[in-house]
Amino acid sequence: MVRIFADAAYDFIGFRRRAIFATIILFCVGVIAMIVRTPAINYSVEFTGGTLVQVTILQGNPSQADLRTGLERASLVDPEITPFGPKQYVIRARTAVGNDPDNTHVTAKAISTGLDNVVGAGHYRVDDTEAVGPKVGKELRTKAFLAIFLSFFAVLAYLAYRFEWRFGLAAVVATFHDIVLTICFIAVMRIEVSLVVVAAVLSMVGYSLNDTIVIFDRVRENLRKNRRDHLIEVMNRSINETLPRSVLTHTTALATLCALAIFGGPVIRPFALVMFFGVFTGTFSSVFIAAPVLLIIEGRWPGVDGRGVKVGGKTTSTRGRTQPV
Amino acid sequence: MLSTIRNRMILIGLLILASIIYLIPRNVTVRQRDAQGGLHDVQHRQVPIKYGLDLQGGMHLSLGLDTTVKKVSDPANAIDLALIVLRKRIDDFGVAEPLIQKLGNDQIVVELPGLTEPDRAIGIVQSQAFLEFRLTDKTGALDAALPQMDRALTRLGIKGTGPAPKASGVAALLGSDTSKKGTLKSDSGKKTHADSVASDTTTAQAILSSLIHPASDIGVQALPGEYAVLETAYNRVDTLLNIPDVKRLWPRGVEFKWSQDPISVGTQSYRMLYALSDKAIVDGSHLTHAAAQIDPLTQKRVVTFTLDRSGGRIFGAETGRHVGDYMAIVLNNKVQGPPPVIESQINQNGQIELGNRSLADAQDLALTLSAGALPVPLKVLDERQVGASLGADSIHDGMVAGLVGTLMVIIIMVGYYRWSGVLAVAALGLYVLFTLAGLAAVQATLTLPGLAGLVLSVGIAVDANVLIFERIREELIAGRSVRVAVDEGFKHAMNAIVDSNVSTVVTALFLFQFGTGPVKGFAVTLIMGIAASMVTAVFVTKTFFLLWLQRRPTATTLSI
Repeated sequence: MVRIFADAAYDFIGFRRRAIFATIILFCVGVIAMIVRTPAINYSVEFTGGTLVQVTILQGNPSQADLRTGLERASLVDPEITPFGPKQYVIRARTAVGNDPDNTHVTAKAISTGLDNVVGAGHYRVDDTEAVGPKVGKELRTKAFLAIFLSFFAVLAYLAYRFEWRFGLAAVVATFHDIVLTICFIAVMRIEVSLVVVAAVLSMVGYSLNDTIVIFDRVRENLRKNRRDHLIEVMNRSINETLPRSVLTHTTALATLCALAIFGGPVIRPFALVMFFGVFTGTFSSVFIAAPVLLIIEGRWPGVDGRGVKVGGKTTSTRGRTQPV
Repeated sequence: MLSTIRNRMILIGLLILASIIYLIPRNVTVRQRDAQGGLHDVQHRQVPIKYGLDLQGGMHLSLGLDTTVKKVSDPANAIDLALIVLRKRIDDFGVAEPLIQKLGNDQIVVELPGLTEPDRAIGIVQSQAFLEFRLTDKTGALDAALPQMDRALTRLGIKGTGPAPKASGVAALLGSDTSKKGTLKSDSGKKTHADSVASDTTTAQAILSSLIHPASDIGVQALPGEYAVLETAYNRVDTLLNIPDVKRLWPRGVEFKWSQDPISVGTQSYRMLYALSDKAIVDGSHLTHAAAQIDPLTQKRVVTFTLDRSGGRIFGAETGRHVGDYMAIVLNNKVQGPPPVIESQINQNGQIELGNRSLADAQDLALTLSAGALPVPLKVLDERQVGASLGADSIHDGMVAGLVGTLMVIIIMVGYYRWSGVLAVAALGLYVLFTLAGLAAVQATLTLPGLAGLVLSVGIAVDANVLIFERIREELIAGRSVRVAVDEGFKHAMNAIVDSNVSTVVTALFLFQFGTGPVKGFAVTLIMGIAASMVTAVFVTKTFFLLWLQRRPTATTLSI
């Protein structure tokens, strides 16, 4: 049999300080990106409200500047034109009247008037029109966040029931870490947050949670088996034991994500990109966030394991056998 | 053990059978409108997984109550009523598989797949269809009131925009009108009043009267109560007429309504203003049926209608009393075409002339009329149109990505786990089958994020098998026999599989409960995938292993 990382014995927990430091740096980069750039997060029309038209030019070869002039002549304010593919453009605009929901339809009309001027009627094809009032987008955003937030409590309760509240809390903290870092990633990469990207973030939440639980499950099992070992050792051993599984699962997940990124077309690509990052941060947080957080919780509130024996204790030493307190 | 395996195989067989039944393409009856405008029921075969609008192209609208126009005391009830009206209208409009549903308590979502005329769709959805028949005012009441209105405006300090009219012109204009009125009604009291008013106009600016012309002035055959206003002055006149001080001077029993469309005379475009009786003869609530037709005599588009019995009785009595008068057809507060003369008593059946408007317009009017009026006007909150080609591209790209991704997963699994990997791949095939069947069973709609999620799930679904296989390997390395290793491997991996899947389902349930449309759909896909993965990775693979062990009871090695 082919085996990878068969008898690995890396001191993952020993790296936790450096890992947390790396997280803080990534987080800072993200926050700076959000401060420097406006808007901080590049929300798509679905969330901000406004009008978006995706067109394919069938005849002629207008430059972006031509398109812009034509659109501005059709009384559109500051139209944003993004090339999307060969002779394909995404146009985002608002009319002088503003982002009034009742005007979204008017804006779409103005865009086609502008295109008629430049390209000529019938020389382009409208592939996609979105006109969204700001209220709808806001609702979408708040509800998605509310759903994630509430599901955290439910997961916490489930893990508290199946494991212990410490495990649940650590898993939720790790997942929260992933969401924050993914948002930073989205900000740094200027990925437009569309519904597809929201789907990616939601997938990422599930994926990261899975990963943490698989490791925690092993920790729980090893704690039962070796009651005398220090928590740090148990955790290191558990992570190492699940390493082959982690590597293989991440490989298959990354394989499908690569396929999506390469062949899935421009609409799906942001999904693949965000989820790609999600696989890495999810793995990272399971090892370097979830486990240390569990360690910290155990240090502060030493728990009693399934057989009534105290686990954890002081966490100053990362090596050697520390007898349970 | 043999019987256990048989039972397991039977169960798997039943699941596969059920999945295939759910996924068999079936005949769907769809109402469609052909080029001539007739409605037909069309049958076509399709796999019972619905594509979302982003995948098949079409139009998405979310609608909310427009409370700026009309205050609503019970929004939830108003939405329910609007939903019924919309269903009927869209059904008559002939769109294949429309989706019309309530979102929360104050929104309606309408999805019209394959629709290519968005403006028409919005027209149908938003149209009020508030129909009334009203007599035009033949007393010249506006002529009489105009000078007073002008004085009121002058008092308010509002300046006219056009050149000051010649006083004589105004006097002549009013004079001719009042004399006509005199012959019509011989209402001498009113005449003297109007005359005295006319003599006063010299002191006031003719603000309104310079903008409102009798229809005869622009060379149109004059009907009683019909006036022409330059299209450019339409907004101004409307504003001026509705200034409270002016509105108070509206003649008693008269209301003003504008024509639906402007008319062109020479190079100028005019909007017609009608003075109408403030009481409707009947309104659309009495209407039972309406249909679009072409008038065989004039070749013009007409909408014929039928009233209910009580409506017909009132209509007959009123039209009988007013033969020779003109009757305006008012739809959503706009007068449709020139008011026709009542030639004889009209009972339950009548027709509305639409002049030169298209047959499509006539059809739309007919169906909004027969479907009834919306309780409260609706406004479009969110509108999305996807071209069919974009959707087809997305499906194609998604399929290619899915196939390539699956192929890579197969290579990785078989390369790493050998024969056991083949078992896992077989289970993965069933995973895809079960997930699609599950989606078909709950009639879920496959959207673009859902498609991406589905492709990714193939990569993640093998996780359960990986967990199990790694456990079996550990047991084998620890020196257990093949049979014991397989049993122990499944047993130990179960905790991790159950806990991680249940946590994800819990998250998905919250997404379903609190998320909006697309997020909800995502949650459904997620739950289906997890259920299918649990069944295939745990139950199906274990059955395969049992089969394998049963054939070779003395096996000492396992290809894993």
